[in-house]
Amino acid sequence: MAEKIKFGFLLAGGCAGCEMALVDMSEKLLDALGHLDVVFWAPTVADVKYKDLEAMEDGYIDLAFVDGMIRNTENEHTVKVLRQKSKTLVAFGACASLGGIAALGDCHSQEELFSQAYKDTFSTDNPDGIYPQPECTWEGKYDLTLPAFTNRVSTIDQLVEVDYFVGGCPPHHDFIAQLVQAIVSGNLPAKGSWLTSGKAVCDICKRNPADHDQKRLPIGEVFRTVDGRPDEDKCLLQQGYICFGPVTQGDCGASCLNVNIPCRGCGGPIPGVRDYGARCVSTITSSLKDDETAEEFVKKFNDMAKFCYRYSYSAGILNQKLTPGK
Amino acid sequence: MSKVTELLKKAVGMCRGQIKGESKVKKIEINPMTRLEGHGKIAIFLDESGNVDDAFFQTVEFRGYEKFLQGMPIEEVPRTVSTVCGVCRAVHFLCSMKASDNVYGVTPPPTGRKLRELFYSAHTVEDHTAILYALGFPDFVVGPDASPAERNLIGLINAVGVETGRMVLQKRSLAVKIFEILGGKPNHPVAALPGGWSKRLSEEERAQIEKWSEELVELGKLTLQVFEDVVLKNPKYMELVTGDMYKVEVGYMASVDEQNRFTLYDGTQKVIDAKGDLVGTFTGKEYLDFISERVLPWSYLKFPYNKKLGSWDGIKSGPDTNIYCVGPLARMNVVDSMSTPLAQEHFEKFHNTFGLKPVHYILGYHWARAIEILAAAEKCLELSRDPEITGSDTWNKPTSCTGEGVGIIEANRGTLIHHYITDDNGIVQNANLIVSTTHNNAPINLAVKTAAKHFIKDGNVSEGLLNHVEMAFRPYDLCLACATHTVTAGQLPVEVNIYKSDGEILRQMKNF
Repeated sequence: MAEKIKFGFLLAGGCAGCEMALVDMSEKLLDALGHLDVVFWAPTVADVKYKDLEAMEDGYIDLAFVDGMIRNTENEHTVKVLRQKSKTLVAFGACASLGGIAALGDCHSQEELFSQAYKDTFSTDNPDGIYPQPECTWEGKYDLTLPAFTNRVSTIDQLVEVDYFVGGCPPHHDFIAQLVQAIVSGNLPAKGSWLTSGKAVCDICKRNPADHDQKRLPIGEVFRTVDGRPDEDKCLLQQGYICFGPVTQGDCGASCLNVNIPCRGCGGPIPGVRDYGARCVSTITSSLKDDETAEEFVKKFNDMAKFCYRYSYSAGILNQKLTPGK
Repeated sequence: MSKVTELLKKAVGMCRGQIKGESKVKKIEINPMTRLEGHGKIAIFLDESGNVDDAFFQTVEFRGYEKFLQGMPIEEVPRTVSTVCGVCRAVHFLCSMKASDNVYGVTPPPTGRKLRELFYSAHTVEDHTAILYALGFPDFVVGPDASPAERNLIGLINAVGVETGRMVLQKRSLAVKIFEILGGKPNHPVAALPGGWSKRLSEEERAQIEKWSEELVELGKLTLQVFEDVVLKNPKYMELVTGDMYKVEVGYMASVDEQNRFTLYDGTQKVIDAKGDLVGTFTGKEYLDFISERVLPWSYLKFPYNKKLGSWDGIKSGPDTNIYCVGPLARMNVVDSMSTPLAQEHFEKFHNTFGLKPVHYILGYHWARAIEILAAAEKCLELSRDPEITGSDTWNKPTSCTGEGVGIIEANRGTLIHHYITDDNGIVQNANLIVSTTHNNAPINLAVKTAAKHFIKDGNVSEGLLNHVEMAFRPYDLCLACATHTVTAGQLPVEVNIYKSDGEILRQMKNF
């Protein structure tokens, strides 16, 4: 048998859903471990410490996954170390690749986030308006410290060079099994690519009008999911239920569509898209019949930034400077 | 090493890391090592004679969901807020969905409600199983005094046998499959609708789920058998289970159904004090009559207390405290009985063993969790055989908007509350989340302090301190991820640094 691939897995600022996705592979994970020598998997490995990671030679790890976004200085540090120690680094899942849901916090100031949580919430009892403090002396004698909150979320590739990107919140465990197989057989695209089938959710979706010899027609009405029950066999977008399937990678097997719920883009942008949210807006609005329908769209979804950038706010170019060549 | 053992070792071992604690006179810091800013930490202060003066369990993360959900249509919230935690993969989703029912003033038809409950029961089985086998059992099977290197899942597998380990993994994955069929995704599901459920169940799927549910019931039985063989039959462990170093005397809160029985998906919240007397019951927005959350400057996690029993009086245990806790043990203390036959047998055994109700022995949490795996599996089976489960009427369409909704659910780690204010179009204007681990914040502080006092005497720090402090907070199955609406993964690695008065490290103890 070929030599095992030295594999590392780091949870940065994510929710551990990507870790659970690997665990959910169950039997397939057993097969995968036949090809992978797990040399680092924090925070869930019994006998490898961060300092062991730091002690490894540069490039010791053949392949490393990072899930979660960069949210604090510790994430920054460990991701940088992992980059140094790994030949190939994969940003694994929507948070690592795009920023994820948590990045929506960047739509607000730190003061807004704190005052909501510690002052304004209905059940909060805070007569002195206290915020958690990085350093405090409690009851005059106990010195206690907390890490300071950082208020900017970033993707892994905004910090270090990333070789491959994987979408999904989390990636589906069946897709992960395919990925592992591709990796083991050395069947990988050029560095900097997304690891994806390259197909959009619509290409996978069994509702696609093209599969039923139907034309796509301009959308004359816009619906939220509470507005009605869509036909379970027809394209949601054609029925007016805003769905991001056309611009999202379909490595999920169109799973949300399978239960009659529209796509919201966790799979990441289809190849060639620089800014997911911008492409969403252009794709959806260009599908609408007329200005009246466009106005209805804006009225029904008036949180357009949080709607279209739901999983990709950090990776978008809103509020960011574009560096030439980047 | 077998592949299964290897897998389990990789999948659910203990986290490791390194931190530099600040040296303080007479301060012992126990820092979870996984991610420097990613977990809780424990600081223990000694008095002049070297005994515990006070101890603090600090939570060190914060995210801000309550703010950034604002502006979002309420029906989009469940699939979004699910990402609070990838381990508690159903509870924030379902809780906000229940709040969205209120916002639109609509209740699901029977089929929709049953699908939700089946979905949640499957989640309970997979979540409790992962937690119990990875974090709960190892303390007992391998022993609380064993080295951390062995006192983990691997040691457990070695003790119960690899085949048993494989079987547990396989059966747990069936619960995840049920979850995916119903929820659309195996994690961060999407099928929730205000007023119902988007997925209809086919007869073929139902039959499959019924078969799988039978296996889940077997998993529940097996788990309780392991608990019996390993813990109940071992007098040394029973001394720990009923020992004062693991006793935290506080009040309890949990859901009950109309007959005061155990229920997870929906019910009335029943609150009892530390003596076991009824303080009151509430539903929906009435939570505000019972619960206040105090902010203290040394933790990102707020400290709820029962305001019916007086204003904030600090973190105290005892018969008159207004601190309360939630979760599996709280449920065993609050309900009169279980709602399924097999779980009921074990419920009776549980209370016969402890004798007094409420049970204040926190290691009882693990036993309660095992009973709940069986209860949830029985519920899966019952619902999978319900003729209504394959009905086509899964959703009642909202026709108006009330502008406010509170969802309350018995999450795996205890009562979870989501409260939303919306405009007339159902767009979120304000949000409040009170999470299971938040309710348990003060009790966890008490548990850690109690254990520390027991194991630190006259300046002598027992070698067992580390293990036992871990055992003190582990029953609560901390989800600091949820608690701070941010994320951390399950296991807390711990390092205790004990400093001499000149700041020099006297001793260092690690569980890794």
